[in-house]
Amino acid sequence: MNEVFIQAFIYLVAAVIAVPIAKRLGLGSVLGYLIAGVVIGPVIGLVGKETQAIQHFAEFGVVMMLFLVGLELEPQKLWAMRSRLFGLGGLQVAGTTAVIMGIAMLFGLVWTVALTIGLIFSLSSTAIVLQTFNEKELGKTEGAENAFSILLFQDIAVIPMLAFIPLLALPKLAEHTEALHAAAKHQTELSLIAGLPGWTYGLVIITTIITVTVVGHYLSRPLFRYIANTGLREIFTATTLMLVIGIAALMNMVGLSPALGTFLAGVVLANSEFRHELKSDIDPFKGLLLGLFFITVGAGIDFSILFNEIGLICLLTFGVIAIKATVLYLLSVIFHVKGSNRWLLTLSLAQAGEFGFVLLGFTLQNNVLPAALTRTLSLAVALSMFLTPGLFILFEKIIQPHFETKANEREEDSIDETGSVIIAGMGRMGQVINRLLVSNGIKTVVLDYETFQVDMMRKLGTKAYYGDATRPALLHTSGIKNASAIVIAIDNQESCVELVKYIRHSYPDVKIISRAFDRGHYYRLREAGAEIIESETYHSALELGVQTMKALGVHPFFAEQQKVAYKNIEDQKSDLLYEAWVDDSEGERFDSKFRKLFLQLEEHIAEAMGKDKRGIHSLAEREWTPPPKGYIDDLEL
Amino acid sequence: MTAKKVLVLYAHPSQARSEVNQPLFKAAHGMDGVTLIDLYGEYPTFNIDIGKEQKRLLEHDVIIFQFPLFWYSTPAILKEWQDLVLEHGFAYGHEGKALKGKTFFCALSAGGMEEAYQTDGFNHFTIGELLQPLEQMARLTSMEYLPPFALFRARSATEENRIEAHVALWKKLLKFLIEDKVNKEKAQETDLLNHYLNNINAGGQS
Repeated sequence: MNEVFIQAFIYLVAAVIAVPIAKRLGLGSVLGYLIAGVVIGPVIGLVGKETQAIQHFAEFGVVMMLFLVGLELEPQKLWAMRSRLFGLGGLQVAGTTAVIMGIAMLFGLVWTVALTIGLIFSLSSTAIVLQTFNEKELGKTEGAENAFSILLFQDIAVIPMLAFIPLLALPKLAEHTEALHAAAKHQTELSLIAGLPGWTYGLVIITTIITVTVVGHYLSRPLFRYIANTGLREIFTATTLMLVIGIAALMNMVGLSPALGTFLAGVVLANSEFRHELKSDIDPFKGLLLGLFFITVGAGIDFSILFNEIGLICLLTFGVIAIKATVLYLLSVIFHVKGSNRWLLTLSLAQAGEFGFVLLGFTLQNNVLPAALTRTLSLAVALSMFLTPGLFILFEKIIQPHFETKANEREEDSIDETGSVIIAGMGRMGQVINRLLVSNGIKTVVLDYETFQVDMMRKLGTKAYYGDATRPALLHTSGIKNASAIVIAIDNQESCVELVKYIRHSYPDVKIISRAFDRGHYYRLREAGAEIIESETYHSALELGVQTMKALGVHPFFAEQQKVAYKNIEDQKSDLLYEAWVDDSEGERFDSKFRKLFLQLEEHIAEAMGKDKRGIHSLAEREWTPPPKGYIDDLEL
Repeated sequence: MTAKKVLVLYAHPSQARSEVNQPLFKAAHGMDGVTLIDLYGEYPTFNIDIGKEQKRLLEHDVIIFQFPLFWYSTPAILKEWQDLVLEHGFAYGHEGKALKGKTFFCALSAGGMEEAYQTDGFNHFTIGELLQPLEQMARLTSMEYLPPFALFRARSATEENRIEAHVALWKKLLKFLIEDKVNKEKAQETDLLNHYLNNINAGGQS
């Protein structure tokens, strides 16, 4: 047990030291993790053999990442990208494989070996690429979207590759290891498809995909709702993990890629009200596991082999990057990806990926490649991944600025786009605010912690999301970074104030609009940094007051004017009252000074209201007043 | 000579649809010595702050009402503004000398053709005649009244590419006012400030 703690501690220390430094230097977190791995692995030797086992575990980070990617991608969007997915993705895999295979055969390798190498190198690293897109906020660019289509196709392509590669087995190697294999047979993984004929296998796969879709769409939502209603946060997280891990396990059992399965589940849930909550739950797990994965890639680099064959491995690595980049560049020309996007696509996918490791392990088992060759190849794969952050830096520092200056020469658009608004709390307040904003074409993201409320809103056609708006992670996934304003209309007074403080501190550019319950709450919100605050009953109370006056026979316009005067005086005095409240030198907020001011305010209002009875021109109320009697004599002079 | 300060009180209730007034308002933006007040923007509920508006008047030498002509008069908020801000004892009356000596005029856009605003025209009265209540307001408050700066056939001005020239003339007018180069007597002899400015262009004298 102690050993596990020490191991975990070493990994964490390495990450905690290396990643912030890498980030600060503009290298990106991925390179930081990789370097951390190299340091604790080959350089100082703190970790060793177990990295491979950890890597298999950490690959689950990729699975979670694809679930998150799926959550971002509604089914309609996925359908819309089908031609890119198969066209661009298919040509990338086929093209790269063919070129690499051809070159390998020129070097005198047997065609089966050459083809296998081609397939292995045709895959890119979903983990590094998507993580870097996220970090550098490139995800919404055309280049990144195309890159994503290719990565998704590669994830799908791995499945037939795994089926196909055993057919390429080298007879000589096969004989050699047959005995070993027979022994290993007893330990084969739990599988639903072992020994099934081809057509049943197909049937199983289709059934599985349908199961995931149906469960995701119809069963998971009631389950999440049920769990959410218990109000137990950690059980909600547990349910999310259960879903993701369950799907991954099922996919493994039928021989499909777990990443693909969870991606599918993500897409199915993309339209659900739990989207933001699910995202914020899985996000930290994904981040940690991916980090761990990158560390193991770094730690797995075998320096003794690297130095022995340094020339060959460098040649392989740079050769692969050059070939993949060329193929991608040609594809971007064919598919009309232009400008900086073309370079982003070309450079981002030029490395080999984590599936390369999987395939290498698999080829070894199936006697397709000799062991020495797989060791060399896996070093080339790792090294190419290691170089990827460098390519991103090249893109960011040199290529992108070049295209940006070009783009900036275009004339500015005169359309002023309204940013989106987050509405926290979907009660009586939030609903009306949301209806007004949405009917004016303003984009809103509505959050509420009551599943009942969310359900009702959804039935009425409002896109509400389930989630606790006071959780920073949820706010983040709801897009507060790009929001123009947040409306806080949640029921808990204390949470409101805390939320205002947090947002003011973390997102100083977001406008905070908040509902206050009463005077004290109003002051506390103001102190916390809310910009616009309205007391919830103030306006309706004044309105009812006016209605009452009218019911008593007071002239409607006069009653309305009195209301305005009342509000004006209240507004004028509100700063003074607030300052008296903030100044708690007497040890309490509503102290004698505050009470004195408040009584003054009352007097002031009474004075202004009574002006007509006195018939004089009072300065407290500023509205239309008749000139004094007899003023005409002055004028005619 | 010290630079004069110009206050533009702009009233347009639907600025997203404005084709003439909004370009004028924007063109004046950022000019030294010009204060632009969007009345509908500042008082969307007509709850005009009398004290604030009176203070603004005191701080400026030239007061301009800028508006599209609605029913031969100003949009409602400018009437409300006059009713509330021009109080007895401030703007008029024995003690009311706050506006004395300031310059006042209207910068407006009108839908009809210039020829329609004639005694024998479709609208029966000239623009100058229709603005007589404002002229008398200026007189009663001891301000110097100038004829209006106007654009006619406003609804087709964009299509006929007349906006740009009008904006240029407007900026020139504001510059002249700031530099106190407008000859008040000469200007009062014309029926529109546009004509006065064009005369300067033609004759070269100010």
